[in-house]
Amino acid sequence: MLAHTLIFYFFSFVTVASSLAVISSKNTVHAVFFLILDFVSISCLFIMMGAEYLGMLMLIVYVGAVAVLFLFVVMMLNVNLRDLRTGFLSYLPFGSLIGIVLLIEIGMMIGTWKFKDNFIKTSEIKINTQLSNTEAIGNVLYTDFLYYFQISGLILLVAMIGAILLTFRRKDNLKRQDITKQIMRERDDGVSLEDVENFKGVKLND
Amino acid sequence: MLNNYLNIILIDSLKIFSLLIPVLISVAMIVWVDRRVWGLVQLRRGPNVVGPFGLFQTAADALKYILKEIIIPAGANKVIFILAPVVTMSLALLAWAVIPFGENLYVANINVGILYLLAVSSLGVYGIIMAGWASNSKYPFLGALRSAAQMVSYEVSIGFIIVTVLLCVGSLNLVDIVIAQKKIWFAIPLFPMFIIFFISALAETNRPPFDLPEAEAELVAGYQTEYSGMMYALFWLGEYANILLMCAMGSILFLGGWLSPIDIFPFNSIPSPIWLIVKILLLFFAFALIKAIVPRYRYDQLMRLGWKVFLPLSLTWVVIVSGFLVYFELLPTKQ
Repeated sequence: MLAHTLIFYFFSFVTVASSLAVISSKNTVHAVFFLILDFVSISCLFIMMGAEYLGMLMLIVYVGAVAVLFLFVVMMLNVNLRDLRTGFLSYLPFGSLIGIVLLIEIGMMIGTWKFKDNFIKTSEIKINTQLSNTEAIGNVLYTDFLYYFQISGLILLVAMIGAILLTFRRKDNLKRQDITKQIMRERDDGVSLEDVENFKGVKLND
Repeated sequence: MLNNYLNIILIDSLKIFSLLIPVLISVAMIVWVDRRVWGLVQLRRGPNVVGPFGLFQTAADALKYILKEIIIPAGANKVIFILAPVVTMSLALLAWAVIPFGENLYVANINVGILYLLAVSSLGVYGIIMAGWASNSKYPFLGALRSAAQMVSYEVSIGFIIVTVLLCVGSLNLVDIVIAQKKIWFAIPLFPMFIIFFISALAETNRPPFDLPEAEAELVAGYQTEYSGMMYALFWLGEYANILLMCAMGSILFLGGWLSPIDIFPFNSIPSPIWLIVKILLLFFAFALIKAIVPRYRYDQLMRLGWKVFLPLSLTWVVIVSGFLVYFELLPTKQ
């Protein structure tokens, strides 16, 4: 048990320290790297709790895909910290207001925890303790909570379509490559043999 | 109590070393195989001077890299620049922990083994992005961007391919996946998936014809441009360790892992690791042949292949396979 506790404290220390580093590091790219370290140590914590499926999904989805896109955007932005500091005083009142509201909300969330209403009654979920947690999640996710699962899928789909629409720009002078058309093209479509008379030339329709 | 922990640590490190040292040696050998095959296809001799058949060529290369000076560009971000090859190499070796060489022959047998493999291979992109960004130079950065986009896109179809296999197995454990192929290897019923997996593995490991991140005609050497000496060698070894890992993954998912092709006397008495190694080598031979005979893809065609061809195809196969399994009541169920 001692080793378990030690490893738990190691991972939780790394989690907290790296999340502090995310908001305090001067270089934005470094901040994203700390965020990745944070994700990795959180997934290690999941695995330590016995939720190995969630931990691995965290690694695949957040670290393997989301954080890569984060990194992409941040690397391309070339944020200059000096420019960011110029408006510090003018943004201070509004920013601190949001900060205070957030702090109060988090405090209230912890304070009112015991009055919480059960949206999904956890006692209704029949969990077979013999199964590994991948199978246990699958058993309830695709049967009892099928509608929630489908609705969350729809929300993601709508978000995806929205993102594509926002970045989609139609360009008229763009040449598109149609691979099937290129493959279907025969020799006769492009080449023709013409008899050219001397001093008269030939008219081609192209 | 402390004695107990010491025991665990000692036994586990022994296990890890007895896995890692053969893997590292085979990575060195595989580089030689790759160059020999490449040479033979092009009617050259390939490396044949150092040692018998040039077998020690990689050792000589490694010695050369060790002796060379490591140059860190003045504008580079030093920490990340040094970290990048280390990340690449260690991630490539990390994944070998779950590869089963026999029914009881593995370093770790975890419930979600295949997800672990997928996770570690998706982390591999960080080594490349870090190298590209930290070099603070145009070509490495462009190479890193290309590589990241390419690896993320092909991971999606690899994910779906894994889903089709998992539907037939009913477990995420690698040992279970191999045992489920006792009757028939998944390469036969899922043949199109096997081909897509193979091509996606080529793209995932940045092998030709998908080696655009280091396309020397456009990007010098891509993300490796600024690296020299041992750090370059680490990238190089990490890349080949990744290729071997992809071959191992392919043979476990589709070619029956450590199982012998026919379950009769002379074949099933051969020790199981040898079968796995033979399958890995076969897949690697195909990798090496393709490097020699296929010209490089154009970048937009590569993206088109990933998103518009492989993704719909593998998604449809997931639907078809699950429909087939449900209709004929073949779904694997836990008793």
